[in-house]
Amino acid sequence: MDFGFTKEQEAFRLEVREYIKTEMPQKWETLGYTVWEETDESWAITQEWNRKLGAKGWLALTWPEEYGGLGRSPVDQLILDEEMAAAGTPTGVETMITIGWVCPTIMLFGTDEQKKKYLPPAARGELTFCLGYSEPDAGSDLAAVSTAAVEDGDTFVVNGQKVWTSIAHRADYCWLAARTDPDAPKHKGVSMFVVDMKSPGITVRPLINILGFHSFNEVFFDNVIIPKESLVGEKNNGWYQLAIALDFERSGVGGPARMKQVIDGLVQYCKETKRNGTPLWKDKGVQQELARLAVDAEVLRLLCYRITWLQINKKTPNYEASVTKVFGSELLDRLSNVGMRILGPYSQLDRGSKWAQLHGGITRSYLNSPSMGIGGGTSEIQRSIIAMRGLGLPRK
Amino acid sequence: MDLEFTKEQKILKSSARDFLKKECPSSVMREMKEDEKGYPEALWAKMADLGWLGVMVPEAYDGIGGNFMDLAIILEAMGEVCCPGPFFSTVVLGGLAILDAGSEEQKKLLLPKLANGDLILTLALSEPGAWYGTSVINVQAVADKDEYVINGTKLFVENAHIADYILCAARTDKGGSPDEGITLFLVDGKSKGITCTVLDTLAYDKQCEVVFDNVRVPADNIIGENGKAFSVLENLQEKAAVGKCAEMVGCIQTAFDMTVAYAKDRKQFGRPIGSFQAIQHHCANMVIDVDGARFITYQAAWKIAEGLPTSMEASMAKAWTSDASRRVTFLGHQIHGAISFCEEHDMHLYYRKAKAAEVAFGDGDYHLEKVAQQLGL
Ligand SMILES: Cc1cc2nc3c(=O)[nH]c(=O)nc-3n(C[C@H](O)[C@H](O)[C@H](O)COP(=O)(O)OP(=O)(O)OC[C@H]3O[C@@H](n4cnc5c(N)ncnc54)[C@H](O)[C@@H]3O)c2cc1C
Repeated sequence: MDFGFTKEQEAFRLEVREYIKTEMPQKWETLGYTVWEETDESWAITQEWNRKLGAKGWLALTWPEEYGGLGRSPVDQLILDEEMAAAGTPTGVETMITIGWVCPTIMLFGTDEQKKKYLPPAARGELTFCLGYSEPDAGSDLAAVSTAAVEDGDTFVVNGQKVWTSIAHRADYCWLAARTDPDAPKHKGVSMFVVDMKSPGITVRPLINILGFHSFNEVFFDNVIIPKESLVGEKNNGWYQLAIALDFERSGVGGPARMKQVIDGLVQYCKETKRNGTPLWKDKGVQQELARLAVDAEVLRLLCYRITWLQINKKTPNYEASVTKVFGSELLDRLSNVGMRILGPYSQLDRGSKWAQLHGGITRSYLNSPSMGIGGGTSEIQRSIIAMRGLGLPRK
Repeated sequence: MDLEFTKEQKILKSSARDFLKKECPSSVMREMKEDEKGYPEALWAKMADLGWLGVMVPEAYDGIGGNFMDLAIILEAMGEVCCPGPFFSTVVLGGLAILDAGSEEQKKLLLPKLANGDLILTLALSEPGAWYGTSVINVQAVADKDEYVINGTKLFVENAHIADYILCAARTDKGGSPDEGITLFLVDGKSKGITCTVLDTLAYDKQCEVVFDNVRVPADNIIGENGKAFSVLENLQEKAAVGKCAEMVGCIQTAFDMTVAYAKDRKQFGRPIGSFQAIQHHCANMVIDVDGARFITYQAAWKIAEGLPTSMEASMAKAWTSDASRRVTFLGHQIHGAISFCEEHDMHLYYRKAKAAEVAFGDGDYHLEKVAQQLGL
């Protein structure tokens, strides 16, 4: 058992830290932007940041060199993720989707042509995906997707509707789950496709989220004709690929480092701020809550290290990913809640108000927090996955 | 013991609900977000006609002479639809302060106008550096012949930008302890030297920063005794806290009802999501929170209405209801899935409103501490 890092790994950590210190865009920092925000401005900043990282080979650090990575180990990836999360670098949701979830799945199941076509530009930060999973009647029950892809000569014809599709309005391609066999049992008739978002017949309609951002969308497919080469992996084997992509989605390892940073920020704030004349940190309740969060964030960090450990051993994290997803999202909720309690009446103010505290970041995090246990599979579903896939409990 | 409303209270409750459902659907809260004033004037006039604005005002001053329970019933109905506007700051904060501590002349001058809908009031209490309660009052009022000159900054003053009068708690004397030397002034909202900035708040309500720069107020405008406002303010905050609880009860009842209806309707895996044990357990937890909030709030409101000491019950109500509201509105989101993370859906209005009510007049932690104190800890 060894929780330490090698000399080379420590050196890499310092290199990353130094890089971020000099290269982090000023504007992102001063505005206190966070990953879930989506504006023209934030998009421009994240895109530029991705391209810069891409040029260094850091955007897709662990990918083979032929696909634009540096072939580095999952531990180096962990270090990079931790440092970037701690510093709150301009990493948008599109980066996680493209680099973290979709491309690794294409790497596992795609043809050589597909890999050559999508991976190198993605690694340069020049190509983004959105996720075409959810539909009005297929949320938690994702295998119920009804958007149809019907084979027609050298093409497939796609018809149907997706919903909650994050950044569909900006993405180059959609990673689409569609039904290819309406007669098979629902898990056995789904296939995965890569669809050019500029294809005729695609309409994207914005949905505004409760923070007021246009981040997710409805996407309509009306007789969209896509070439046969859009199919990734075997026809009707999509559910398996989808499950793996979802495991990647739930495997983020940078979260605890970010939370640690927010907790440290709150501690600092409590040291500098007086409430009714008494320094906040002297409040026993505040001390206890912050201490509890710090302990929990540490536990989460170790649960995330287990994910990296599985990856080092060439295993795809399974229910272990659901453990970090459900614990992590609920911890983030608690963190926002504690932050709001510490800010008291000031918790009502977002950036833009001179009385806003900590750039209003806690306030936005609180507004974002209901989505944490929903997006990427709800907490209830994660717990069922842990129970059934992890513990082998019966389904019925 | 009787845990039911009286016949009159039942009528008030159902008529308030019917009225607000029709006149103030949730779309009004959305519209008022962008509105400068923050309330529809026609709705305000109708509330005056219904006697709501004078609900606590004795008949001698043109009110309907109801009690705090009646007020709580109206506030609950308002909470059910997230009704925006200056009702709370005018009727609860300003109105009760004047009723409890105002002089006969002040009552004669102000209460009839209040009941008729011709007066908007608010209370300026919080200051930078303070969280909850009255223990930090640094805004100064210095005597100058038959006037006082007020200087300093107040925060989170609801509707100060439209208030005819701001009831401002200021320090007129250093006092032996922080409780002494605080005086409550009735300040004309249009006085020279007042600058109001509406803060952009979570629940789209109109809370203001109010800067007093050499604002002159006649000595006659002191409410209650010079230097003795502390107990008036404590008393007022107790009532305000219970008033906020009543709002929250309405707020979470709606959020809960919406959620249960959705759980019955929404199908996944070929069955209503409400048939899954996970969802059933969430709903069960919400029942405990909502029902608990309702009873503990009614108990406190009843004690106030009866003129009984209420400190303990008020703090218990605010502690439980604040935390319950946060939990219920959060689970409301959880059970709805992504649809409620959409701006168009109403759930976030309740999520926002619950938070604003939670941090008004002391959050759960603050009131737990008060409970602990009263338990002798
Ligand atoms: C911010 C955000 C971004 C998103 N981005 C994307 C995206 O880019 N692409 C995409 O395809 N989707 C996206 N989604 C959608 C997300 O994947 C779905 O919201 C999620 O899978 C839940 O589906 P639903 O919203 O339809 O809720 P439902 O499935 O209707 O669930 C409602 C409630 O019922 C519960 N429930 C359902 N089934 C069960 C069960 N079997 N047992 C117990 N409880 C159950 C759920 O846990 C939940 O509490 C996003 C969602 C959010 C909030």
